[in-house]
Amino acid sequence: MQKTVIVENLSKNYFKKEAVKEISFTINENEILGLLGPNGCGKTTTIAMMLGLLKPSNGRVVIHGLDIEKNRISLLHKMNFISPYIELPKKLSVKENLIVYGKLYGVKFISDRIKYLSEKLRLEEFINKKTGELSSGQKNRVSLAKALINEPSILFLDEPTASLDPETGDFVRSFIEKISREKKMSILLASHNMDEVKRLCKNVLMMNNGVIIDKGTPDDLIKKHGKRNLEEVFLKLNRNNHELK
Amino acid sequence: MSLNRIIGLFLRHFFLIKSSLPRILDLIYWPTIQIILWGFISKFFTAYSDYYNNTVGVILTCAILYDFLFRSSISFNMLFLEEIWSRNFTNLFIAPMRISEIITALVGTALIRTLIGLVPAILITSPLFGISILNLGIPLFFLFLSLYIFGITLGLFVSSGLLRYGPAFENIAWSSLFLLAPLGCIYYPIEILPDFFQNVARGLPLVYIFEEARSILVNQVVNYSNIKNAFLLNAIYLFVGISLFYYSFSQARKKGSLINIGE
Repeated sequence: MQKTVIVENLSKNYFKKEAVKEISFTINENEILGLLGPNGCGKTTTIAMMLGLLKPSNGRVVIHGLDIEKNRISLLHKMNFISPYIELPKKLSVKENLIVYGKLYGVKFISDRIKYLSEKLRLEEFINKKTGELSSGQKNRVSLAKALINEPSILFLDEPTASLDPETGDFVRSFIEKISREKKMSILLASHNMDEVKRLCKNVLMMNNGVIIDKGTPDDLIKKHGKRNLEEVFLKLNRNNHELK
Repeated sequence: MSLNRIIGLFLRHFFLIKSSLPRILDLIYWPTIQIILWGFISKFFTAYSDYYNNTVGVILTCAILYDFLFRSSISFNMLFLEEIWSRNFTNLFIAPMRISEIITALVGTALIRTLIGLVPAILITSPLFGISILNLGIPLFFLFLSLYIFGITLGLFVSSGLLRYGPAFENIAWSSLFLLAPLGCIYYPIEILPDFFQNVARGLPLVYIFEEARSILVNQVVNYSNIKNAFLLNAIYLFVGISLFYYSFSQARKKGSLINIGE
């Protein structure tokens, strides 16, 4: 199995605070890797370093054999990201936003790509509406379309189904599952939804206080910790860590 | 540099402006009011001041030139602020855009925003006050170009601050030009300033640009050394502005301000 992403001894210090401490892991081709941990444990910092938004204090991120620090622009062509904490310009229509990002990512046949994504993500009925006028479920699908506009081989998903109703959440999960299989994508999924992680991820990293405290397949972790589900594993690991602290 | 990406960022702002009549009106409204106000002041001075006697439109021409500088700089800052306000900043910086492409796209877009605001204001000066800025002749092009470069440079300084310190730097964005206005000698000759401030003012391209405009309109003399000095100073400031922008981006990547700048 080809390793698309290699993270080696990655650390980030903000003044004296260590946000991420020497973490290492890999993401294979056609793998969805789950990144779990409480708020403020270093998930977003890790993703930001992998996207080249943040300079690591130590360690490195190698993507398709290239160091992100030295090849940021060329690697960004192959990656994309969605997060509920960032938005697309609200005053632009859905189509205009996709045209802009198609151009920024150097997509060759933008109209065809927008048409394809509109069909797959059911955007047709509101493609000409202003993005700010959409419901959160519709906005989420538009963000996903933006994240797929450049046909990325690596996708970073930060809580992709946060605040979605069950039907839309299920639609998004099914879509991610399908597209990762079809396009052999490598996906890093940060989520607080344990059922979602269990359903989508082959492997899971448990993070707390800037370090990886456990890893494995969801089933192995459940078995190893003698729990009934991933949520109980999560609670056990974080409570243990809290007591140790 | 990729023309496609530059056009992409230009389109982001073009779509925003074209779809909003209030935004277009806002762009036109302030320069027009400014020009009308200075038009009447200019008329008054023309009638009652010895210095401006028989020299129609010196103040109004300088007001138009200053407004061009003001709009160029504010337009550049606004493009950056729009990304922060719309929480689109992170999306922009995870797209494969080089800093040089971002600067180029913003420079072009800022010019269009400036012209949307200023062209109607310039057009009304002729029927309302009988004044045409074209009286400055060919040097007008150099004066506009010089002001535009300085406006963009100020925009780069402020955007560097926004990049590094986030929205907290927003107030500086609005006040930066007012700080330089007294030293720019826009409406008066440099001799009016105290000696110390004269020395400081000579370090700004504005003094040479407005001295030149007055020289042409009052004395009908084109002094190309003023234009040369303005361009020379502009080149230095522009180099510093671009370097600062690159440095701020690198610092923002170290400190993490690219992740949470909209918050």
